[in-house]
Amino acid sequence: MLDNISLLIQAPLLNIQLLLDGLFIGAIFALAAYGLALVWGVMNVKNLAQGDFVMMGGYIAWLLSTYGIHPIFGLPVAMVIMFGFGWLIYITIICRIINRDLFTSLLATFGLALVIAQLLNLAFGPEVRVAISGFAINSFFDGMVTVANIKFIGLVLAAILAAMVISFMKLSRMGQAIRATAQDPRAAKVMGIDTERIYAFTFALNAAICGAAGALISMIWVIQPFFGIAYSIRSFVIVTAAGLGNLPGVIIAGLGLGGAELYAGFVFGAELQQFTVVGLLVVVLVVRQIQQRKHRQAVQ
Amino acid sequence: MSLSQQKFLLYAGLLLAGILAPFVFPNFTFQITVLWVMILFALTWDILGGQMGYNSLGNIFFFGAGMYVCAIVQIGLYYDVAQYTVSSGAVKVEFTPEQYFTGLFLGIIAAALSSVVFAIIFGWVVFGLRGPYFAIGTLGFTLAAGELVGAWEYVGGGGGIALPIFPGEPDDRALFFYTLSFIPAICTFAFLRWLYSGRFGLAANAIRDDEEKAEGMGIHTMRYKTTGWAIAAFFLGISGAVFGNMIGFIEPLEVAFPTVTFGIFMVIMCLLGGKGTLWGPVVGATLFHAFKEVTWTYLLGWQWVALGALIIILVVFFQQGIMGWAQDKWPERFGIIVEGADTADAADQKAAQ
Repeated sequence: MLDNISLLIQAPLLNIQLLLDGLFIGAIFALAAYGLALVWGVMNVKNLAQGDFVMMGGYIAWLLSTYGIHPIFGLPVAMVIMFGFGWLIYITIICRIINRDLFTSLLATFGLALVIAQLLNLAFGPEVRVAISGFAINSFFDGMVTVANIKFIGLVLAAILAAMVISFMKLSRMGQAIRATAQDPRAAKVMGIDTERIYAFTFALNAAICGAAGALISMIWVIQPFFGIAYSIRSFVIVTAAGLGNLPGVIIAGLGLGGAELYAGFVFGAELQQFTVVGLLVVVLVVRQIQQRKHRQAVQ
Repeated sequence: MSLSQQKFLLYAGLLLAGILAPFVFPNFTFQITVLWVMILFALTWDILGGQMGYNSLGNIFFFGAGMYVCAIVQIGLYYDVAQYTVSSGAVKVEFTPEQYFTGLFLGIIAAALSSVVFAIIFGWVVFGLRGPYFAIGTLGFTLAAGELVGAWEYVGGGGGIALPIFPGEPDDRALFFYTLSFIPAICTFAFLRWLYSGRFGLAANAIRDDEEKAEGMGIHTMRYKTTGWAIAAFFLGISGAVFGNMIGFIEPLEVAFPTVTFGIFMVIMCLLGGKGTLWGPVVGATLFHAFKEVTWTYLLGWQWVALGALIIILVVFFQQGIMGWAQDKWPERFGIIVEGADTADAADQKAAQ
């Protein structure tokens, strides 16, 4: 462990490599986390199947790539299919639990996560998959730092997607209706907004965002049926750390988590990389708890 | 025959059935042993999940902790643990019967006590969290523990440890572990029956209904929550120690900290039986285990899909569980007095709408 740290100090270029990779992967984490924050904020559903939606998107892009369709074109297809899937899940499951207590939504989506992961496993097997994009890999500093072009394209695509979703939320009628429903569902209903449709749309939009994130991950990293839970936990870490409705916070926390995870993987070894994700979740929750305790005392 | 006599006969009958079961169905001893473990799981989950409204997804942590503590004590009494785990499989290590039983006995005690200590520390970390944050926090804690043990070479890391071998015939072994699973489950039930009938049960239900108000009424909520958690941990620690020895080989992700199997089973069993009731977890565990044992092998890989679907259906459509449903249906059988005919009429009208 100490050897790895001294290696980082002796070869500063390694830091650049880790930071760049953290940036690329963190942007995608932020995308998935934004979807979670949207659903959480608008309809107060904690979606534990978030990561499995991401994996589904990845498998759609990968499946299309095996038929010769480039994964970048697979991305919009994944978004459309996942939008439909999200709508279907809403009208079958989510609409029945939306007014129930908080644990219900958590447990129901946990069941959903199990079903999706197992169906993906039955359909495609437990092997690790990559959608091959066929782009060149660039080397900098005499090969010390390598950046695959696809990673860079992925970052740009993630940024474009985020910008599109944000401007949609800010400018369109639908986006306004979603924000109004998030603020006060009853008042929104009185104003003639069909909140049921808004909820369905929000959940479907979240699934579509996840699908896009998954397609990007299938290109720049790897996908596997059971990796979903890790993405769910990452999304929870980011949203809990940033708070709901705090978009810059989500982006910063996403990028920070990407960097932290790669650094931890390098310093402690790959077997503790998963531990870093869940460990950070516990740390974030404990910190929030201490903050809340202070707040509670202030109220007294 | 009075009600108390009926109850006494029921308990005596069930106890007798539990004692005779391995002799009547010798081929199913292992399945019945696991059934008692499942009942213990469901009962201990219900202390917090059902009675206090703190839905934990991480109770299985104490099971794994107990398992590992017991293993370390059993081996550590006579050998160096690090050497034992390194040479595991290559060198055959002998334990005399006396060493085996002393180690197991002390190991179970150590497992139970250390689980209580873990519960106090763990509780201090997570009990400030409410609702879904609590569930996610406990889930994260348990996943983290599994990963951490997997990277800890002293206890064999991801490769696991082979535990000392039972000195004796396989049939004796099966009966021995049957007894060791049966007695803790019965003790848990009897203890919880006593516990819920007193002040603790009332305080726990008050915390479930409204924690702020309970605190306002002068209940030390933190103390009650930690006590409940520690009781669950005590029995889960024992159960983990016994289960680890029964399987004979322990490793962190599948056996000791199986978050998505046993960890979620305990929640499902409570929901199925009806959480917040004494008998609900027992009924739920029995039905779930029987259903699982009968159908599991015929589903050919679809069993996990079926399990996930079962979770969704239970949570969405049948959250009150079997006992909760029975209480709604025949409230007078449970000593719940329905006030006047007005409420019944009102309920009927509501149902008709």
